[in-house]
Amino acid sequence: MASQATHVHHPPSGFIRKYIFSLDHKVIGIQYWLLAIFSVFVGMTLSVLMRYHMVYPDAKVSWFEKLWPTGASGGIMSPELYLSLMTMHGTIMVFFVLTTAPQSGFGNYFLPIQIGAEDMAFPRLNMMSFWTTFVALCVMMAAFFVEGGAPLSGWTGYPPLSAVGEVAGPGQGMGQNLWILSIAIFCGASLMGAINFIATIIDLRAPGMTLMRMPLTCWAWFVTAILSLFGFAVLLAAGILLLMDRTAGSSFFLPAGLIVSDKILDHKGGSPLLWQHLFWFFGHPEVYIAILPGMGLASNLLSVFSRKPIFGYKAMVYAILSIGFLGFVVWGHHMFMSGMSPYTAIAFSILTMCIGVPSAIKTFNWIGTLWGGQIRFTTPMLYALGFVSLFVTGGISGIFLGQPALDLYFHDTYFVVGHFHMIMGVAAIFGMFAGTAFWYPKMFGRMMNETMGKIHFYLTFIGVYAIFTPMHFVGIAGNPRRYADFKDFEFMKDLMPVHTFMTHAAFFTAAVQIIFIINLIWSYKKGAKAGDNPWEATSLEWTIPSPPPWDNFGGQHPKVYLGPYEYAVPGKTKDHVMQNEPE
Amino acid sequence: MLLAVIIWIFTIAIVAVFVGKYWWFPAGISEHAKGYDEQFMLTLMVTGVIFFLAQMALGWVIFRFRDRGGRASYSEGNNKMEVLWTVAAAVLFLGAVISSTKIWAGVHLSENRPNALQVDVMAKQFAWSFRYAGPDGKFGKLDIKQINDASGNPLGIDEKDPAGKDDIVSSVIRVPAGRPVHMTMRSRDVIHNFFVRELRMKQDIVPGMEIPLRFQADVPGKYEVACSELCGLGHHQMRSELEVMPPDEFEKWLKAQQQPQQ
Repeated sequence: MASQATHVHHPPSGFIRKYIFSLDHKVIGIQYWLLAIFSVFVGMTLSVLMRYHMVYPDAKVSWFEKLWPTGASGGIMSPELYLSLMTMHGTIMVFFVLTTAPQSGFGNYFLPIQIGAEDMAFPRLNMMSFWTTFVALCVMMAAFFVEGGAPLSGWTGYPPLSAVGEVAGPGQGMGQNLWILSIAIFCGASLMGAINFIATIIDLRAPGMTLMRMPLTCWAWFVTAILSLFGFAVLLAAGILLLMDRTAGSSFFLPAGLIVSDKILDHKGGSPLLWQHLFWFFGHPEVYIAILPGMGLASNLLSVFSRKPIFGYKAMVYAILSIGFLGFVVWGHHMFMSGMSPYTAIAFSILTMCIGVPSAIKTFNWIGTLWGGQIRFTTPMLYALGFVSLFVTGGISGIFLGQPALDLYFHDTYFVVGHFHMIMGVAAIFGMFAGTAFWYPKMFGRMMNETMGKIHFYLTFIGVYAIFTPMHFVGIAGNPRRYADFKDFEFMKDLMPVHTFMTHAAFFTAAVQIIFIINLIWSYKKGAKAGDNPWEATSLEWTIPSPPPWDNFGGQHPKVYLGPYEYAVPGKTKDHVMQNEPE
Repeated sequence: MLLAVIIWIFTIAIVAVFVGKYWWFPAGISEHAKGYDEQFMLTLMVTGVIFFLAQMALGWVIFRFRDRGGRASYSEGNNKMEVLWTVAAAVLFLGAVISSTKIWAGVHLSENRPNALQVDVMAKQFAWSFRYAGPDGKFGKLDIKQINDASGNPLGIDEKDPAGKDDIVSSVIRVPAGRPVHMTMRSRDVIHNFFVRELRMKQDIVPGMEIPLRFQADVPGKYEVACSELCGLGHHQMRSELEVMPPDEFEKWLKAQQQPQQ
């Protein structure tokens, strides 16, 4: 059972200790959350630039030239500049948004509280993991500013393109090195975080907080941490090998017989496929790292705001565990067309179909939770409902892509881009919106503005459907991905109106995000003061003040008697019973 | 309420675009393409039904169970339903992939056809080269040191090898209709990918490997070849053409390529 480790850190004093180099998981959680908000705005700006260029590739934009004198000489974005913006868009979004806020942002803040602990198991390691992530972000951003600019080999960085250095194009020199370095630093930070989460869940649960009484958010953070531990370890190794191929003359990923820009290269004996195996062994668990916390949160929110227990708690736990486990054995579905053995493709596709099953279970259970409920359409609930709809749409296209036979056409088309944006770039982001709207009152002691929240939700929900659903259609028409423009191909001429539509939808949706930022800032000072439990929810964070005292439970040690979804309990006067309420 | 309506509208609109095929595959030109399209439709039916029902159900519960001041039901689940939809999902998903295995095997696990036309493919940043063996039926050896784009030797055919003297190198790929084609694909720099929509197939081309891809095109015409693996700043311009010709026209073309001895 949980050990009663008490923490020796005292209430912090002084600005630096309280807000900068803080050991408090709550401050660290907010720091990660703010880092993610900064990163998502950078990533979103990059995507708007990309969408603009795809549709207006020959447009002269004077400030392009000011920002990128070589990449956009004459104010026209060059293909290599487009590809480097694309590379950084993917990298920043996947690592610095989707791998930070859901797990290290909300998880750091609320995991300890939800299990009844005063802090994470290793507060100093926690602080280090944030600042290491911060350094990784600085190194990544530096790639924009070095000679040659940011790399252009995609967030997946496949060698030989990413390994042969400057000869392969601008950004492939120092830019690619900084990219690898940043990722490696990020890996280190993630490993620190993973260890912390796992130890905290295993050791610091309050008396009565059995594993099967944990909110599903905690289960999600638990499995996500295990995925991180193994996934990031492998990515770190892969990054080191790639850096060595680039700088130390090794040939892990480079075969003999390469001639780039008329130069015969000196390497031999390596395999580009080795990188792909290593990268995707990380890369597949990574996408579950991005989505599982959102799924856990959706489960919580659907229950809270339907005033009803989650449908099938045990099944939901098993689903999270199976997604986690299966997540390690499906990486080859990113490599069906790679040249690896066709037999392994069959094996990976069967396992990939298997992982669709627990995801389907979760979706049906969410709908089952809503059935028979008394639904309160607060802003967090709207985001959670949006999450379910987006997850269905995004997940469904996976059934096509998981079949190697169908991937023969769809690989590297916009069908894939539509799929992963729906499921990561939208569903997971909606998880973050939901978490912000739900937990803002607890973190800052004030409610967010409901009107702004609802407007933001509806416009964003419509906007993202408008941007990403058409990608599936142009994908069916065969539109390849990672193309800077579509001028050279006859068959793409008919698709330009669709691209124009998506671009305008992207402009619109990006503009709408200003409402979210204004809401964050306005509510901080002007939002209605929040009590302990504005949502009438039952998990432990709602038994303490908003915002919580430095040690969460004010020196008390909570005792847990009930599961996390005791809503509409027959025979009780109130429609919800807190987890720490004695029987 | 509004959310339910929005979800329903999106669902119906998406289904309508699929049914209307406003942006769709081009017509297939091979038996493989036919099988491909059937498997796609099967998957579309299965996923379409699931998509439609799930989104409609979501909209329905949002609409029907909005807070009317009463108590929710204290249901914690229903094991029978869990088993039912778990088994249904498993059967449908696994069924789809098992049915597609035939098509996959047809491309990658099938026998070499004895009368296949052999074509060598060389991908480079940012152009395609296709090589035919010429009258002697043999490909000349390749030597990276003899690669010379300027003088028309992108593959580096060894000029000391007599078998290579009659090799034909073209920037577009021409094949006879109705005859199996066996491509052996190489890259001399980074990963590329050969993709023809009408063939319903593509294949990564990996430096250091010789990767086969087999097809048989039955409908004469010109079809665009689009590189489909990020290969650098010219990736979006790495275009070629697959020209499928009636067999006698193909033979005529092949004969016309043979250069007199240098």
